[in-house]
Amino acid sequence: MKNERLSSWRCRSSLSLLLACTALIALHAKGAPPPQQTNAKEELLSLPGEIGRSGGRLVISLRAEPKTLNPLTAADAPSREVIGAMQADLVHINRATQLTEPALAKSWKISADGLQYTLTLRQGLRFSDGHPLDADDVLFTFHVYLDENIHAPQRDLLIVGGKPITVRKVDAQTLVCQFAKPYGVEERLFDGLAILPRHLLEKPYQEGKLGQLWTLSTPPNEWAGLGPFRLKEYVAGQKLVLERNPYYWKTDAKGNRLPYLDELVFLFVPSADAQVLRFQSGETDIITRLGAENFSVLGRQQRGYTMTDAGPGLEYNFLFFNLNDLGEKSSADLTRKQKWFRDVRFRQAISAAIDRDAIVRLVYQGRGSALWGPVTPGNHRWLDASIPHPPRSVERARTLLKQAGFSWSAGANGESTLMDSDRKPVEFSVLTSSSNADRTKMATLIQDDLKQLGMHVQVVPLEFRSLIDRVTQTKEYDACILGLASFDADPNSDINVWLSSGGTHLWNPSQPHPATAWEAEIDRLMEQQLATPGYDQRKKLYDRVQEILAENQPMIFLASPDILVGAKNSIANFHPSVLEPYALWNVEQFYFRNSAENASR
Amino acid sequence: MTQPRKFARWLIVLLMLHGIVAAAGFFAPYDPVEQDRERPYLPPMRVHLMDARGHLHLRPFFYPLRLRAGSFDQYEEDTATAVPLRFFERAAAYHLFGFVPSHLHLFGASGTRIYLLGTDTYGRDQLSRILYGGQVSLLAGLLGAGVTLFLGALIGMAAGYFGGWRDDLLMRIAELFLALPWLYLLFALRAFLPLAVSPLEAFLLVVIVIGMVGWARPARLVRGVVLSVKERDFVRAARGFGASDVYLLRRHILPETASVLLTQAAILVPQFVLAEMTLSFLGLGVPEPMSSWGNLLAALQQYNVLVSYWWMYLPALAIVPFFLGYLGLASALQQRTSPYKIEEKSSWSPS
Repeated sequence: MKNERLSSWRCRSSLSLLLACTALIALHAKGAPPPQQTNAKEELLSLPGEIGRSGGRLVISLRAEPKTLNPLTAADAPSREVIGAMQADLVHINRATQLTEPALAKSWKISADGLQYTLTLRQGLRFSDGHPLDADDVLFTFHVYLDENIHAPQRDLLIVGGKPITVRKVDAQTLVCQFAKPYGVEERLFDGLAILPRHLLEKPYQEGKLGQLWTLSTPPNEWAGLGPFRLKEYVAGQKLVLERNPYYWKTDAKGNRLPYLDELVFLFVPSADAQVLRFQSGETDIITRLGAENFSVLGRQQRGYTMTDAGPGLEYNFLFFNLNDLGEKSSADLTRKQKWFRDVRFRQAISAAIDRDAIVRLVYQGRGSALWGPVTPGNHRWLDASIPHPPRSVERARTLLKQAGFSWSAGANGESTLMDSDRKPVEFSVLTSSSNADRTKMATLIQDDLKQLGMHVQVVPLEFRSLIDRVTQTKEYDACILGLASFDADPNSDINVWLSSGGTHLWNPSQPHPATAWEAEIDRLMEQQLATPGYDQRKKLYDRVQEILAENQPMIFLASPDILVGAKNSIANFHPSVLEPYALWNVEQFYFRNSAENASR
Repeated sequence: MTQPRKFARWLIVLLMLHGIVAAAGFFAPYDPVEQDRERPYLPPMRVHLMDARGHLHLRPFFYPLRLRAGSFDQYEEDTATAVPLRFFERAAAYHLFGFVPSHLHLFGASGTRIYLLGTDTYGRDQLSRILYGGQVSLLAGLLGAGVTLFLGALIGMAAGYFGGWRDDLLMRIAELFLALPWLYLLFALRAFLPLAVSPLEAFLLVVIVIGMVGWARPARLVRGVVLSVKERDFVRAARGFGASDVYLLRRHILPETASVLLTQAAILVPQFVLAEMTLSFLGLGVPEPMSSWGNLLAALQQYNVLVSYWWMYLPALAIVPFFLGYLGLASALQQRTSPYKIEEKSSWSPS
């Protein structure tokens, strides 16, 4: 009893101290005291869910240091994860329901022709430095995202029918976005477009320095955002500390301003195994992006934490062949091999011979699903259920190879070797990323599967960057195993993979004209669905894309891992989702159940 | 008096150990690359003489393991059926010593498979992989030591015998080689090679690299011996009779370096086996699915393997008898040629 009272007293005292501190900082910065109680003039968003208690510091590890805090240039996963907790968008995709919901815009209206979107901002919102938000900030934001010199990765999404969207201010709270063509993505487009503070960024933008701004070492007073947390401290090579944003625009059902947590700490822990050890020892509170092996290790010795399998995610792993047309630069060896790779029956035979169930069982310990297309079972809205799931059949593979003119010759050791129509043995190498143990394992399994067809496959683990260089730049490779994880469940997040002109159209990237009829057909379908409003119509078009992919097998889809996370039992409101960021998407609602735990830290 | 016998004893032990590895096909029950995908990370099976009901069997037997429902790597013994261990079983084809085709294995079982040392992540038999992996590692060690000693003897003799600027030049190069960060050298070398390297090429590369970098130390030792031997009376006498350099080196000097070279060989072989293991551990050795002791241990780089599957440590134990054998041999050799004996011998020679 005594203990309990003591800790609760300590908690209250530290809380009031903290309140005093934040008040002081805010006074110093802006003069306006941060609103602790909700203000009648503010239109705040009230979230359902458990009512929590304030305080505490949540520690989570990142695999690498984020490269930047600038949402305009962030492309790596750690940066996106950190920025996600510091910034906000107009319309947000709820990671649990995968549907859109109002965020900074309290409502939006789409005109009947689908060309005009009218957005209304919430009233009385402030950036994390206390500066008020208005339509000019939004105008400025769109302006810089669309600026070619900035090279924002989101820019492509804002170009519709070859023309950038135009944004017009109606009044201080209302904006109109004008599209050249109807846009299939609809309001999902606004998700992830962080609204930027014009009062801080306009001057550097005019000086052309915006792209280099907001590195990790930015002083906190030169930074502002609309997310639940704001910048506090960065220790190079160690950690990034965020603190509660006192102006955040969400409340819980009782009207208490969110977030509950005082601090959010990102530790930089370079290896997956080290992350597991830190989590096991209680140094970190949440662990995400776990591999199945470490998940089961942690699951076996649970001490004060719970492991959750959130279900199939959006990552799809696949094998693909080099189908680039290299012309004269191509080596004789590769030209010979490409004759096999270009034959759809060869690719179908390989797909038929691969034991996907073994991949799911041995690589993911059963925590994953076999794939026959790019859309994983985790994305039920867009999955084409009619795509066939043929079981593994070496017989069918042999028949297909025979039809394609291959034959077998008996080797000296009694094992048969597959020969092509020129009586040359079928041998090729498969690249995998040496840092990804899962994919190297898949390659070793496939190597054994294809040995039964008489193919001699060599697995070449390569450092990730030189692998990407080979696949997209020099194009000197036979085959490769890679994985892609979409940001969003919408098909447009992967549009650069499917368009023949896309840079991540991995088997033959950035083509001036589609090389094959089926690639041209996919181009047409993808562009059509982009301009078609309405889910049902688009679903039909995208289903056709999935069918063409399954038929032609430019990528031989293998398997998709489940999203595996772990969290301390004391963290409440923890609902991991299969969309990025898997755990922190509702970090503003997290709180610690027992106050003793907060106080001790 | 006991020295020669001690020496012979170590030699016999080593020959037996190498014989087992050389005849891996016979001692290993299965093909080392064959995957049993239903049984990943199966723990070592127990061989019983007493069954679950307390009956004694004359023939050793084992109980097959089956996966516990809903788990990935938890197995339990199925005591309903006892599977007898069968000796001199005909199973998977292999080539004994690399060329004699055969089907005969020391032991095996019919109907189900026996894994005395468990399986790895793909369900491959760990015992077979250790035995076959030993072929790669030991051969790399032996060949590497051979290359090293050959180079070392050649360069050491040239430096010691000819002396002068040639001695200076060769010894400075030797020092350079001693100071070389050979692991990084290998990384660099690997980057120049074509992408896909066949297992044989990778193996030869490893042998050449570890052979090339190690010659400096034996070269310096040989040089020291040659320096002292070339001033001995019998060498001077032979030279006085008009013997040529080649004749002198071959007939009188080389035999004197033999004991140094042999001792060095016994020390270098395990050292180079270890070097091969280091390279394979880092993924620079023979590629999957071939095994070597180094890439068997590479599985331990993963934390989950480290804490969950103790039998994955066994390849590390496999090297212990070999190392003991070689080090025992080296010390026996050293005792045989201990300095006071040389003095004893030389005190008899009239000076």
